[in-house]
Amino acid sequence: MSVETSSATLTGIGVGRSCAVAPVAFVHAAPKAPANEAAPADVDATLSATQDAFDAVAASLQARADAASGNLAEVLQATALMASDISLHGDVKNRISAGTGPATAVTEAVAGFAAMFEAAGGYLAERVTDLNSVRDRVVARLLGADEPGLTLTERSIVAAEDLSPADTATLDLDLVAGIVTELGGPTGHTAIIAGQLGIPCLVRVTGILGVPEGSLVAVDAASGIVTIDPDAALQDAYAARAEAEAALAADTAPGATSDGHAIQLLANIGTPADAVRAVAAHAEGVGLFRTEVLFLDATEAPTAEGQAATYKEAIDALAGRKLVVRTIDAGADKPLAFATQTDEENPALGVRGFRLARTLPELIDTQVTALGTVADETVWAMAPMIATPSEARDFASRARAAGIGKVGVMVEVPAAALRAEAILNEVDFVSLGTNDLAQYTMATDRLRGELADLLSPWQPAVLELVRATAQAGLKLGKPVGVCGESASDPLMALVLTGLGITSLSMSPGALPAVRYAIRHHTQAQCEAIAQAVLSQDEAGPARDAALAKVDPDVREALGL
Amino acid sequence: MPQRTTTVFNKTGLHARPAATFAKMAGASGHAITIAKDGAAPIDASSILGLMGAGLSCGDAVTLTGDEGSESILDELVTMLESDLDAVSA
Repeated sequence: MSVETSSATLTGIGVGRSCAVAPVAFVHAAPKAPANEAAPADVDATLSATQDAFDAVAASLQARADAASGNLAEVLQATALMASDISLHGDVKNRISAGTGPATAVTEAVAGFAAMFEAAGGYLAERVTDLNSVRDRVVARLLGADEPGLTLTERSIVAAEDLSPADTATLDLDLVAGIVTELGGPTGHTAIIAGQLGIPCLVRVTGILGVPEGSLVAVDAASGIVTIDPDAALQDAYAARAEAEAALAADTAPGATSDGHAIQLLANIGTPADAVRAVAAHAEGVGLFRTEVLFLDATEAPTAEGQAATYKEAIDALAGRKLVVRTIDAGADKPLAFATQTDEENPALGVRGFRLARTLPELIDTQVTALGTVADETVWAMAPMIATPSEARDFASRARAAGIGKVGVMVEVPAAALRAEAILNEVDFVSLGTNDLAQYTMATDRLRGELADLLSPWQPAVLELVRATAQAGLKLGKPVGVCGESASDPLMALVLTGLGITSLSMSPGALPAVRYAIRHHTQAQCEAIAQAVLSQDEAGPARDAALAKVDPDVREALGL
Repeated sequence: MPQRTTTVFNKTGLHARPAATFAKMAGASGHAITIAKDGAAPIDASSILGLMGAGLSCGDAVTLTGDEGSESILDELVTMLESDLDAVSA
């Protein structure tokens, strides 16, 4: 944000890219155990009161977990279990029996576990927030105070020393414009949940607790800056940004150019749960279901029944939307625990993808059989690493025999792109895997960082192969999609549209920007952009040529 | 006393969510069950804090010990440890 401001600012670590302006409201600190808490007069009564406090806190957390969904529900469930943990209860009981006051006993026992988690570092250290929220709730009950929290009456920026998921759960999220904490980390639960809600979150903002309650603050997760009492210019700038983001996310229409040329916008997924997220992100379907996750972690070959259940779950989640399932893409580079393979010196060029049919034909057949038993007309199947029309024919006959209606193959090997028409004569559709296509076209290992420039998706040679494949599809009237990383770049999406690609599949988060870019150009403009790119000899100038022809408003809105 | 030995399979070990799933199952069984990492003291399998604190990581060998009649729940817990817990609920 380049707007000049004379207001005071604080800085922290932003999570996400959004911004907001609202008055600040504090989640007040929980009551602490008194400094010299008296020893319990009646140990048995104190023990039972303490146990009641733990039980009440566990029950209230469990009730919130039941009312919540997704990640938050899981976090609250785990926090509820901490409150009913017998090791913790035992520790507290020993302390009370030895003469420590109950609130102090709870505080000390929790501190012991917290120290252990902090020593472990990383993920466990961030769970200390959850553990401390259990302590605060139990101590508040023991001291006869209300459970800590915050009741919002207007849209506010919520600020706290730290926010536990349990605290977050008490908030009316419709009124939370943003979250700022003094402690916490960017991978903590609060940050993750704020990310899911799409509200700006800033952590490690020193000094936020010193801001007078109710002051207007502007928070920007992209820059990590909190501005106190922002001037009108800054408020306007933030409002404009928030509006642009909302407009982008609100557009959920099917993908098409401004003159109505349809480009299906699909999602890449790895699990049925991802399919649910894809639907939530308004994808028109799934263009790539990577099924490796079913195999790579398995200690023995997954059964047809087990696989069918997973596919069915994804089909059901998509509720009539298209689902393109890619058969197993494993090999020496992505080894399978249940099938011994000889080490290959050059795994990227070895027995991987559909080539496994040569060594483990039952693996492919079991998979297409499993898919065939649950497939309806929404299900398309495709095989990876196809080089020749005969390989495409082999897969097509196996998949069709299993009862799958639409069969296709991936185009990742230059040989397949060069002979795309012959390949397409064997199948119903193809999908370009641009990452592997670049690796094989440019003879560059995807893992060699120092060669990254050669692997740029803007390499004209790679785009030439995309064009050849797309043209073969147009000639035969068969769909040619892209499911590689290229599809998620709005600028590249315009080029691909111009080359004649009919669908783009990407991570769901990339959909709004791609949809926006395509919506603001005609098919003819996309073709002109593609033409300009192909007239270049190098990747950098190719991208510049595309950018020069993009609508200036789109360039501005997407920050291209 | 019935005993089982296995290896933690879950890539991220037994962090909060898998630990919660595991502790819940052990606790709900009504049997006294402990889990011990190779060479370490056994901990109560129904304690999420104990499990998280034990820092069980992918590839760790663990021994589960239960009381009379806990064979079937031990088998279920072993199956759970040998599965991809992140994928189950992800």
